[in-house]
Amino acid sequence: MAKLVEIMRARRGDWTDWASYAYLIFGTLLMFGPVLWLAASSLKSQAGLGEFPPTLLPWEQTRATIQGQRAPLPLFRISKGEHAGEVLAETRRIGLQATMIDPARPETQIRVPIADRDKIMQLRPAWENYGDLITRFSFGAYFWNTVFITAVATVLTLLVNSMAAFALSKYRFRGREPVFMIMIATLMIPPTIVLVPNYLIASMLGLTNSLWGVIWPAVATPTGVFMLRQYMLTLPDDLLEAARMDNASEWRIYWKIVLPLSAPALAVLAIFSVMWRWNEFLWPMVVLNRSENFTLQLALNSFQGELTTQWNYLLAMTVVTLLPVTVIFLLLQKYITQGIASAGVK
Amino acid sequence: MSQVASHVGRLLGAGFEALMNVPERPMRWAQQRLRNGRLGWLFVGPNLAVFGLFTFLPIIIDIWYAVTGGTELLPADRPYVGGENFAKLLACQNYFDPNSCERDLLWYGVWNTARFVVLQVGFMVLFSLITALVLNRKIIGRGFFRAVFFYPVLLSPVVVALIWKWILQREGVLNAGLQGAGFSGSNWLLDAQWAFFWTVFVSIWAHMGFYTLILLAGLQAIPRDIYEAASMDAASPWRSFTRLTLPLLVPSLVVVVILAMIRAVQIFDEVYVLTGGGPGTATTFMVQYIYNTGFAQTVREYGLAAASSLLLAGVLLVFTALQLKGMMGGGDGKAR
Repeated sequence: MAKLVEIMRARRGDWTDWASYAYLIFGTLLMFGPVLWLAASSLKSQAGLGEFPPTLLPWEQTRATIQGQRAPLPLFRISKGEHAGEVLAETRRIGLQATMIDPARPETQIRVPIADRDKIMQLRPAWENYGDLITRFSFGAYFWNTVFITAVATVLTLLVNSMAAFALSKYRFRGREPVFMIMIATLMIPPTIVLVPNYLIASMLGLTNSLWGVIWPAVATPTGVFMLRQYMLTLPDDLLEAARMDNASEWRIYWKIVLPLSAPALAVLAIFSVMWRWNEFLWPMVVLNRSENFTLQLALNSFQGELTTQWNYLLAMTVVTLLPVTVIFLLLQKYITQGIASAGVK
Repeated sequence: MSQVASHVGRLLGAGFEALMNVPERPMRWAQQRLRNGRLGWLFVGPNLAVFGLFTFLPIIIDIWYAVTGGTELLPADRPYVGGENFAKLLACQNYFDPNSCERDLLWYGVWNTARFVVLQVGFMVLFSLITALVLNRKIIGRGFFRAVFFYPVLLSPVVVALIWKWILQREGVLNAGLQGAGFSGSNWLLDAQWAFFWTVFVSIWAHMGFYTLILLAGLQAIPRDIYEAASMDAASPWRSFTRLTLPLLVPSLVVVVILAMIRAVQIFDEVYVLTGGGPGTATTFMVQYIYNTGFAQTVREYGLAAASSLLLAGVLLVFTALQLKGMMGGGDGKAR
């Protein structure tokens, strides 16, 4: 009897194990598949993207430049009839009949039913999709704008927030508690609510259409102050006192002692800040109107409106935009997930 | 290569050092003249300045915008109109029928948002919970699977929208797959019902990893030995799930539901790029109404935009109050 129960239990374990793995594998396909599909598609040429049904790898019909013809013509291998086995190029297709020519003797036209031929496909990654981003679109500028905003804003965020967190955790001064409470309260006020007034303030400070207009408003993030303060509270005050004995200034104590010791918390905030800034969309869209100031996100958005027929460039641009975030994730995955699990912020 | 990198690193370090030494003298000067207490304000100062300018002051200006009319941006040039903006927004014969409202677009936004919040939060929490439960088991490659489910969280909303737009387009891979399997495809984003479905689906896809992570942390905080005690008592797995796991997970679940609601009410970026709010008004949400009214129209109605953002703030305030209440009542204090 006991043995039977054991077997039953073992079996049930098997069943839930299988279900778990099935769920996880399905989930992996669903979560990661779309990104892979995007990356694979970005290597197809305009013609390759037009193929239906689509293929994963960048297969496209081979074309040949033929004397007397303006554009390169698609090549077919004839499967039936008197020309079976020959490779012909299509000049025209009317209904079920195609007019084709032999590349070697372009003067004679041959009529072939379209059922009697197969496309000749070749594998050709269209790396030029990426190259053209720089030469044909001012992609370099968008990339630079985004990198500039991300880097400068992250440095400022770390500096300004760690200073505030230092004071809020290591000094007792009148007004400390109210300041902290107000900051925490505004955690709940999303930037979307203050869109209009922020635009007014940015325009009064002359920050519209400037990258600084994107950088400044979110530099003082309550999330950052909170995270850093909680961490700094755990640093022993004795260290600070010892430094004061050695006649170190308060500023020196802040940046020579407290900052280095807070490195783990600073690193988490830095990762978050990079992600926030790289991905920011609505506020930059409000502040930046001229396309030369666009960030990658804004450029992508405006291209997807304009370049509806040029998906090859749009896809390549999307891949370049998600690449830095992906690399950071691959390198720092552990810190990111731990940071989120412990702080509950995104 | 590594030599170049180390040179660059040393250079950056020296630059940083020099830069951070700049405030040294003025700060020392201030330190000698101020009592220690005041020095705190010097450190909080820069943060407070930015914070006040871009978070605190805007809240006050927002209220002024909401009670003034016209199309001027400068607050001083705007005529006071009292509650007129709110009256316009709330002028409805029947609140359940946006067509009967003066500002019908706002009310399409309100009802779409309500429907979106219920569906998106409901299904997202459900799938996050299932995923967290599965990931909490003894699984080979747990770190890998956890990373896979989390990865989309880091993608920008624009990228997320474009990935799915590419899949869902008429000649996209989804239609190809469906036709290959003998079904007929659809023009997913041009059909009102389907477009709404896909906005819910895509936003769940993009965000569920975040909530999975919080729930997983909650699950891992449950001590193992209580399960051992339960299996001693021959409790079935289902019973130990409903009687042990779920009740112990309630604090995390509350946090997750409310966080997800606060975020869902503000849905904008992904949907704006994916559908542009269409077809028609099928996927127009509240924040898009605010953006359109204040910034995308040729005549920018700042007053109406501000008034509707205050209405949205009211909704968020209710959720936040709920959150605080939920956290006080047994929250683990871990997630905010």
